[in-house]
Amino acid sequence: MSAHIELVDVEKSFSVWERRGVVRRSRKTVAAVAGVSLAIERGELCGYIGPNGAGKSTTVKMLTGILVPSAGTIRVAGLDPQRNRVDLARRIGVVFGQRTQLWWDLPLSDSFELLRHVYRIPSDRFRSNLSSFVELLDLGPFLSTPVRQLSLGQRMRGDLTAALLHDPEILYLDEPTIGLDVVSKSNVREFLATVNRERGVTILLTTHDLADVERLCSRLVVIDHGRVIEDGPVAAIKDRFAGWRRVVVDLEEPAPGLDLGLAGVEVEKVDGPRQWLRFDRTATTAAAVVSAVVARVKIVDLSVEDPDIEDVITTIYTRPPTP
Amino acid sequence: MVEAVRIYGHLAAARVRADWQYRTSFVLFTLGQALITFLDFAAIAVIFGRVDVIEGWSLAEVAFLYGAGGTAFGLADCFISAVERCSQRIKDGAFDRLLIRPLGPLLQLSAEEFAFRRFGKLAQAMTVFGIAMAAVDVDWTLGRVLMVPSMVLAGFAIFGAIFVITSSLAFWTVDTQEFANAFTYGGNFMTQYPLGIFAPWMRRLAMLTGVAFVNYVPALYVLGRDGERERFGLPAWTLFASPAVGLAAALIAVWVWRTAIRHYRSTGS
Repeated sequence: MSAHIELVDVEKSFSVWERRGVVRRSRKTVAAVAGVSLAIERGELCGYIGPNGAGKSTTVKMLTGILVPSAGTIRVAGLDPQRNRVDLARRIGVVFGQRTQLWWDLPLSDSFELLRHVYRIPSDRFRSNLSSFVELLDLGPFLSTPVRQLSLGQRMRGDLTAALLHDPEILYLDEPTIGLDVVSKSNVREFLATVNRERGVTILLTTHDLADVERLCSRLVVIDHGRVIEDGPVAAIKDRFAGWRRVVVDLEEPAPGLDLGLAGVEVEKVDGPRQWLRFDRTATTAAAVVSAVVARVKIVDLSVEDPDIEDVITTIYTRPPTP
Repeated sequence: MVEAVRIYGHLAAARVRADWQYRTSFVLFTLGQALITFLDFAAIAVIFGRVDVIEGWSLAEVAFLYGAGGTAFGLADCFISAVERCSQRIKDGAFDRLLIRPLGPLLQLSAEEFAFRRFGKLAQAMTVFGIAMAAVDVDWTLGRVLMVPSMVLAGFAIFGAIFVITSSLAFWTVDTQEFANAFTYGGNFMTQYPLGIFAPWMRRLAMLTGVAFVNYVPALYVLGRDGERERFGLPAWTLFASPAVGLAAALIAVWVWRTAIRHYRSTGS
């Protein structure tokens, strides 16, 4: 039994023309994806993140059959996306956050009706799916509005519905929350969690919004320069890269960075009377840091912070490459 | 096949509804196209106002050529030519969405870019074709009667193939519209006159691209002008070769298109 989505040593390189002088050009090969291996099980909700140009979208496009890999093998729902693109298309849903799949000049409901024909969705199945999505995403008020007049949040809700009407077993989302306001983002996340839980849809989500990952994903894959650099449960990655905590103290009077004489403690930042002290959790404890501070200066207030996922990702992206 | 026609209908109807949102431009475009089409044949009629024959062909015979070529081109224009829009879709990244659906991109593209105005040209060509068939002095044997629909279908396939092959270039280079037009609209122009009026290199090009087999060569048989083929060194069997040329052109076009899709690079993000 193989995984629902499986990539083995997948590579994708593009050849680009580089300008050399006025008319001379030379050919150069650029690897967008340089050997990715990944196995995602049925029902997983996996976050796929990386800096701009890391190869996220290229990977998703290979998984849908849009792009043909230069090397390696891909199996999605047991199919080769490139050879069986049309068969696979019936079993997957895709949402590109920056580009709509809807018919721009027609009412939203027309797009759904057209997709019913495109995917040959049986009428009863179509009706029950549509009514459940209309309810979950509150589409009722703008079903008859032309897509071009919808707000970004409304359009995204329409796109999510469009990608799910044919009961796909896999859903790829490429930055589904990009440009959305806080309320719309949280609606989208809640909806995705519901779809994953109640319909058992395997979801692969690329995003720059780490809150998406933190709220939704059980698993996180980080890629950079076309390679997987981290892969595991979100909590485990956090623990591994966040072996530190932070004590924030407000002193009575501004002072230079405190020297506590404790191993594994460093002053991260000083801003007037407030200081951020970061300590290694394996070397010392919050209690030891606080008592060392109190022994030296008078403090007004203090708090202890855990690193959030942003800190973790910053650490991962900026750490020196491993040989 | 029935399924493909049905889905084509739905997608094309959606396109017409979308165009109808911009009514004035829809109406003006359709009227403009009709006018251009009318002037197109009027130009040939004007020439015959001054001379009785072109290269030994009477007005009715040239009209037969024009009608057959125009009908074939019109069909390809109505149902295939929208594939040209793939260049635009590739540039703005919208080609992706064609590939995530369980349908061939060629079918989706030609349906989604469907335009009613193109039917004006087809209707005009069919009218000229009908009148010309009544006017030409031909003994309508069974073979000649059967040749008429088969040359139109072959011509449809040949022009369709030219549209698909020239559009496929967009997957390697970005803008090739003008180059493509030379073959598509240029090819159509060459089917409006007897091949003999063109320069020798143009005749060879017409043979090579299959354009000569759209109407000129089979018309020699229908109009009983078989003798003329010897001028171009064509053996007798070529008079009946159009369906085979059409089939070959269609197969080559499908192969080129599939290869092009495999080379699709998409856009960033």
